[in-house]
Amino acid sequence: MTAALEAWRLSKTFGGGRRWFGRARAPVCAVREVSFRVAAGETLGIVGESGCGKTTLARMLAGLLPPSGGRITVDGKDPRAGAGAWGGLVQYVFQDPLGALNPRKTIRQIMHAPLRHLLGMEAPARAARIAELFDAVNLRREFLDRYPHEFSGGQAQRIGIARALAANPRIVVLDEPVSALDVSVQAQVLNLLADLQRAYHLTYLLISHDLAVVESVSDRVAVLYCGAIVELADAAEVFARARHPYTRLLADSAPVLGRKPAPAAAGELPDAPPRGCAFAARCSRAGDACRRRAPEPVCTRGENYVRCFHPVETPQ
Amino acid sequence: MSGARVAAAALFVRHRPAGVGALVLLVVAALAVAAPLLPLHNPDLTDLANRLQRPGAPGHPFGTDHLGRDLLARLVWGTRLSLAVGVFASLIAALAGSCIGIAAGFFGGRTDYLLMRGIDMLMAFPYILLALAIVAALGPGLLNALYAVAIVNIPFFARSVRGATATIAHREFVDAARLAGMRSGRIIAGEILPNVAPVITVAMSTTIGWMILETAGLSFLGLGSQPPQADLGSMLGEGRKSLINAPHVSVVPGAMIFIIVVSINLLGDGIRDLLDPRLRAGALSRPAPVTRIERAATGADDAHPPGGALLQVRGLHTRFVSAGARAQYAVNGVDLAVDAGQCLGLIGESGSGKSVTALSLLGLAPSPPAVISGGRVWLAGEDLLGANFERLRAIRGRRVSYIFQNPMAALHPLMTVGAQLTEAIRCHRRVPRRAALDEAVGLLRRVRIPGPEARARCYPHELSGGMRQRVGIALALANSPELVIADEPTTALDVTVQAQILQLLAQLRRERNLALIFVTHDFAVLSQLCDRVAVMYAGRIVESGATHDILSRPAHPYTAGLIRCAPRLGAGRRPAAIPGLPPAADHRPRGCAFAPRCERARAACEAGAVAPARLSATRRVRCLYPLEAA
Repeated sequence: MTAALEAWRLSKTFGGGRRWFGRARAPVCAVREVSFRVAAGETLGIVGESGCGKTTLARMLAGLLPPSGGRITVDGKDPRAGAGAWGGLVQYVFQDPLGALNPRKTIRQIMHAPLRHLLGMEAPARAARIAELFDAVNLRREFLDRYPHEFSGGQAQRIGIARALAANPRIVVLDEPVSALDVSVQAQVLNLLADLQRAYHLTYLLISHDLAVVESVSDRVAVLYCGAIVELADAAEVFARARHPYTRLLADSAPVLGRKPAPAAAGELPDAPPRGCAFAARCSRAGDACRRRAPEPVCTRGENYVRCFHPVETPQ
Repeated sequence: MSGARVAAAALFVRHRPAGVGALVLLVVAALAVAAPLLPLHNPDLTDLANRLQRPGAPGHPFGTDHLGRDLLARLVWGTRLSLAVGVFASLIAALAGSCIGIAAGFFGGRTDYLLMRGIDMLMAFPYILLALAIVAALGPGLLNALYAVAIVNIPFFARSVRGATATIAHREFVDAARLAGMRSGRIIAGEILPNVAPVITVAMSTTIGWMILETAGLSFLGLGSQPPQADLGSMLGEGRKSLINAPHVSVVPGAMIFIIVVSINLLGDGIRDLLDPRLRAGALSRPAPVTRIERAATGADDAHPPGGALLQVRGLHTRFVSAGARAQYAVNGVDLAVDAGQCLGLIGESGSGKSVTALSLLGLAPSPPAVISGGRVWLAGEDLLGANFERLRAIRGRRVSYIFQNPMAALHPLMTVGAQLTEAIRCHRRVPRRAALDEAVGLLRRVRIPGPEARARCYPHELSGGMRQRVGIALALANSPELVIADEPTTALDVTVQAQILQLLAQLRRERNLALIFVTHDFAVLSQLCDRVAVMYAGRIVESGATHDILSRPAHPYTAGLIRCAPRLGAGRRPAAIPGLPPAADHRPRGCAFAPRCERARAACEAGAVAPARLSATRRVRCLYPLEAA
């Protein structure tokens, strides 16, 4: 497998430094030793609850946040070392489609920026490329001279996608790309993303809290809990045959049409993960070992793994 | 940006004081600019023979000062100088302050710390003392006074611009600009500056009058303009010597200072109202306690509820009306009925009017801009829309209560959870404080909050999102209501917490035979809890019936589309999209609002109103060509 994107023991710690005056602050571990590889053209879903480090991870992958530890490689190379900027390799689609567009610029000005600054294109070439991109995301060209507030969420997200594609990236990080959109518009945007992936051979990292969205769009899914990947599995299996008790809990909690609700488990995400397995306190299968030390990843198939001493066994 | 120009024109028409201020200022500024062209005396020409002439003296309409100089000429030239100094000081302060503020807000961290501590040091001195010290160091003179006034005002600009920059620097479009290959300098010029420009303008318009006063003050003390040069402050200072026998010498420049500063401040207020996003969002206008009702007179036959349900809604219309904008038709004739102990799911996309419907029932839609323009709401036979405020207050929170989407916003941040529950109880019932607190703890226990005695002493920010929503539910249950209206109560929560809250709501419903209106956009969530469903689209209910029937055999094409377009866990397929967009709320189509997006639409659908058709005893659908299955 040729990895388009590889993260190796990626970590991010916030705070912990000393202020000029006053006491040292306790560090917060937002992302802890996250490793995965994504093949070219693949979609890796990253799922987890709020506060699990999804967005911190995404911002590190896009070069918006320097990691505290670990390594990111794109096509086997360090994205910082290349001739072009990071933005030429990895682009980002934001959760809030309108917040990602400068309210005081026209769409045309917004679309020109990556073409000019990343690719160094001349004005006529830029205009032609913008027209091509707008056709690709099914937007009318007269929108170019309008301001962001004139658009609905779904249209603004298409503009955001067109801008991300303008830089001709290999990888697009999709940070909750449809969660701010209306239900009936979500499917339009998801289908558009799938079409674009085929047309431009893009690699996606889809970050979402919505299990159904992640399952329906991804090839593989990483489940994040307290900043660490607890399970990495094929999308078709990850919730249907969850191995990690947390994945199981997520899958059981998600409301599904026509399924009677399973009895809800108590407990919430802890503020600071305890020693050992972060999920141990909420886990019915936890033993002494779970509370003493953090489980190492156990390979399940191919590059998939689960981080659990007592994984759930489900018949194949 | 012609939009901004139109808005500015509208402001001066509507905001009359600002218009007056602008007009006065324009006249004063025109006089000052035209000073060399006007047929005035030489302002510095002394004529001791005609000293201290009264106003109205021949050749000297405002009289003369103690050296016999013409006061009108000195006033016009002095105004010219004072205005120029004020404007330039303001520009210098704005430029320096904005640079510091933007650098501190954008780069943050150590840069921010160093810059802002420097600003703090400037602010530690009383401003006039600092200005005096600066002038003392630089030597008296108008230019030095200008520098002093500018420096003294830098902190004001730096601090407000830093705040605005820090918020904008963390907005997603700045990240997007960075990903587009833009460097910091370009991001500041292209992304940050246009967005903080309104803040700078507002700060300038509110300080320029102040700066004119400060310059006048320094000149008055003899540290600003030096004789014989006139500015308003030095004129005032000279007039002081003959205040008793010739008061007009100081009254004339004093009145001019007054006129200039008042007109600038009036204009500044107008500009602030126009540009300040908080004021534009209506932060200072408080909505009325009851939604404004403008119903057309209804017949007597309409005065009684048609059935025996606990809550009945008939033909509810709510629209949003604000000056200078088109009316938004949020709710366009909603009929609902909820029996005691029943759970009705009200489902729709954002903008479908589901939340406005929920709020309109008890007159909670904020007025202005909301207006209920038609319909009736009966609670156990009593018309709520016709009820007076006292009657409504007795019902709100007692017989009908609400659970809101964002519990952090719905709870008071400065009151403990226990105090808020106690308040809710004592608001409706005469219970001793002690007993109310016990009751509050009991409520927390009933919503399965562990350690309720300790939690009652917590503030909302000390609780997790799920716990806060439990408190929100406890508040809703405080007075054993007959009906609870829950507006997307689990949308802001994580999926595992959502499951807990849904389970809790289901248990509470069973325990207390509670009627529930559950507003949501998610069929999967709705199906866990509700007996009946009403599907809303463009302010109308397009389909209603038993949950199971609607989910298994939707009759309205929109309902079917809404069920199909949500991805389903375990289904392993891409959702099918509904083409097009929901209609804008300022547009009221004659026929079916869904027709432009509907595959089954024919000419008749858009031709005229579509009435709800009865499919069975409990099933209604607003469609001319419903799906066969039903």
